[in-house]
Amino acid sequence: MSINNEQRKTYYESIIKNGYNRRDFMKFTTYMAAFMGLESTMVGQIAKSLENTPRLPVIWEHYQECTCCSESFIRSDHPIVADIILDRISLDYTLTLMAASGHQAEAAKQETMNKYKGEYILCVEGSIPLGDDGNYCCIAGKSAKESFLEAAEGAKAIIAWGSCASNGCIQAAKPNPTEATPIHKIVKNKPIIRVPGCPPIGEVMAGIIVHVVAFGRLPELDRLGRPKAFYAKRVHDSCYRRPYYDAGLFAETFDDHNAKEGYCLYKLGCKGPMTYNSCGTIKWNNGVSYPIQSGHGCIGCSEANFWDNGPFYERATKVPGLEEEGLADDIGKVAAGVLAGGLAVHAVAANISKRKELMSRIRRGKSNEKNIDS
Amino acid sequence: MANRIVVDPVTRIEGHLRIEAEIKDGKIVDAYSSSTMVRGIEQIVKGRDPRDVWAFVQRTCGVCTTVHALASVRAVEDALDIAIPANAEMVRNIMEGSLYMHDHVVHFYHLHALDWVDVVNCLKADPKKTSEIAQSISSWPKSSPGYFSDVQRRIQKFVESGQLGIFANGYWGHPQMKLPAEVNLLGVAHYLEALEWQKEIVKIHTIFGGKNPHPNYLVGGMACAINSESPGGLNAERLAMVGKLLKEGKQFVEQVYIPDLLAIASFYKDWGAIGKGFGNYMSYGDFPTNGYADLSSFKFPQGVILDRDLSKVHDVDHRNGDIEEFVNNSWYNYSDGDDKGKHPWDGETNINYSGPKPPYDFLNVEEKYSFIKTPRWKGLPMEVGPLARLLVGYGRGNKEIQDAVNGALTHLDVPVDALFSTLGRTAARGIETQLVANWTMGFYDTLMNNIKNGDERMANMNSWEPKTWPAEAKGVGFMEAPRGALAHWIRIKDGKTANYQQVVPSTWNASPRDPKGQRSAYESTLIGTPVADPELPLEIIRTIHSFDPCIACAVHLYDEHGNHISQVQNIASCER
Repeated sequence: MSINNEQRKTYYESIIKNGYNRRDFMKFTTYMAAFMGLESTMVGQIAKSLENTPRLPVIWEHYQECTCCSESFIRSDHPIVADIILDRISLDYTLTLMAASGHQAEAAKQETMNKYKGEYILCVEGSIPLGDDGNYCCIAGKSAKESFLEAAEGAKAIIAWGSCASNGCIQAAKPNPTEATPIHKIVKNKPIIRVPGCPPIGEVMAGIIVHVVAFGRLPELDRLGRPKAFYAKRVHDSCYRRPYYDAGLFAETFDDHNAKEGYCLYKLGCKGPMTYNSCGTIKWNNGVSYPIQSGHGCIGCSEANFWDNGPFYERATKVPGLEEEGLADDIGKVAAGVLAGGLAVHAVAANISKRKELMSRIRRGKSNEKNIDS
Repeated sequence: MANRIVVDPVTRIEGHLRIEAEIKDGKIVDAYSSSTMVRGIEQIVKGRDPRDVWAFVQRTCGVCTTVHALASVRAVEDALDIAIPANAEMVRNIMEGSLYMHDHVVHFYHLHALDWVDVVNCLKADPKKTSEIAQSISSWPKSSPGYFSDVQRRIQKFVESGQLGIFANGYWGHPQMKLPAEVNLLGVAHYLEALEWQKEIVKIHTIFGGKNPHPNYLVGGMACAINSESPGGLNAERLAMVGKLLKEGKQFVEQVYIPDLLAIASFYKDWGAIGKGFGNYMSYGDFPTNGYADLSSFKFPQGVILDRDLSKVHDVDHRNGDIEEFVNNSWYNYSDGDDKGKHPWDGETNINYSGPKPPYDFLNVEEKYSFIKTPRWKGLPMEVGPLARLLVGYGRGNKEIQDAVNGALTHLDVPVDALFSTLGRTAARGIETQLVANWTMGFYDTLMNNIKNGDERMANMNSWEPKTWPAEAKGVGFMEAPRGALAHWIRIKDGKTANYQQVVPSTWNASPRDPKGQRSAYESTLIGTPVADPELPLEIIRTIHSFDPCIACAVHLYDEHGNHISQVQNIASCER
């Protein structure tokens, strides 16, 4: 899909198209200046900038979540978040950072939805509870589902931040008391980028925004709707402790001699072998470390249903993640629908040879695990 | 004359909360606080391995990330009688201390400052004068006129773009915005600097816990094994990085946060008489230096202060029946009736929404109106948070805390009474950040000394295997989260979690009324808050933000007769 700034109408263009003349436009900018409390001398400058290209408008919704995704986003090192929100996008609605509250906040969102219909990016943090008619999460008196459907309707594309929006995460763990639901099960006719992780790595989140803004298109997605650039590898395959796994050297318990030597944490429950994420490559907080490097196994937080794939400290015996194929096909269909609509989306391609390689790796890993047991 | 409005949601907080209030003659005369989101985490952890629970409950909050993990591992360790190694205690303290620095700075600049600092007005500032002010209050090096004019130019370009993004529809030009343009420019510059700085201090969590938000914890200690002689564990390089980050964090607190806080507060001294509340304060105490069991070793002492009487501090007991939770006004049911309270060890979380069907304009506050339960200490409402911690420390005669508090009062030239207020809450947060920054340097030194003396233990794994556990056990993990007193209560049966209850700071502060009709802290402190322009309820969010809420809010104002009507846009027609 093309996110082309040139294609988006400027204020000036849309005003002229709607039958207003330049004089009306200047009146509008004077009103804008008064509204923003600016000197009249700045009217000319506002008019000039409104005639030019606007930044990509973004609406960021918060439903059933803990705000760790927003927190991770502001941890991004490159680019830093100030540069993103001042120079790259126009973050018009986010409960975490925006100055306005209540009606003023909702009005800002409404304005973006009206003015940039079909143009804005909708980011969703959190799952949507469908239980009890949606009573379990309300904002401004509206249910999360209603609010999401409204915002999704005019969105050009949707980013599902984190495991909550992508997979349901903690609140969807058994017994899922509120019927917490990931967003791709609610809206099917929009391109959705799933960015799982609890939270996702800050630089990954920023990287996706940069991809959209700088390249003018959505990133290429894998079978599960995740950007390939960040979710193509298992943590296990990029783990610096992998040689210990291959050599059969494992920590037997926390803080033992082997743990202090930095041996593989597989026997302590590390879910790196079945988790697709960038933790081993990009690492966390500008490359400082990642869970395994700091001595704790991966809990698999970017995989669907990871809360129910535990216990965390028990050695994993199966490799899930492939049972979601049906879901991946759904996403493929969505992408195809968007293509038919004339937008240039990078197709979600099934890579059969890669799959074969993966299966053989899993087989190799399993035979290795058998050796460990014996 | 009566004004009525709806403010929904209040932003720059975590979560989803809603407050309905009554306004008369420009002041709030009553208020109702309600959370409108529930996930059921206490139900989800039932039946799970108690050693896993920290990770589940950590996801209660990603802003004050780690506090629920810490409360959880403490609860399990308490239940199973596990004493953690001294190094693990110091690492947990360092992580918590750096969280305080991070959380309080982010709260001040990114969640609270826009209530006091007028972003758009900074365009009128003379950068030279801003530079003079900055240099007169701090030795922070980024203070040249050129620096401030660059920031101003950047904001100007941003505003001229016509897309105000996160600053759109803010309260710019509101009569309650009292800062000179030059101080506004200082605030905006440091808003951006703090945004960049905050991603550094969290790297301490990344070193010890592998990531931030949501670093990893471990029942029995910490997973980050020390090995001073190997690349495989915490070695000199890793620890040196922690030391550097702590030093830089402390510098930012001392040279940017505290001077800005005092400078901005000096223009808002009238807020030392607003947002008083009922005057009961509680702290559980935290930062143990000789084990969790030795309360006397805690840097923040525990205690309760009643009716602002600092001369008497009462003890807190988490194990007897002093602390109870009520659901008479909450969307839950108790199996034996909703009129009595339950101690958290016997607590229940049975969700039962009985509010209006969305979309709705108003809640029925005469009945149940929140997903937050109502906790009470000996039947009394308690305010928790930085102010409560400092007051309890003050009342306990802790010299360090007394000096810090007195120093700030002298600097601002305000009376002791000004502490019990919106301004006091915001100032207390800064004062304690300085204290915690100092202490955390001490925890770091202790850790380094232990390693120097050959102690490299990081986890006590003696009771790791469930087969070593008693058939039944119960424990409590309490702590002081940045937002206030936090505790988790666990019951373990046959190696599984049989019951789990969390009573979090915002449960104390943001809860609905109890069966006696007593208000909790938000509801109580909003009373008397002046509202100059009900269409722009800046004053309400100032007081609400002074608590650093961990839940998203919606604030409603009723008329004096309790007749609520709809939205802000109706305000002009419904006056009088």
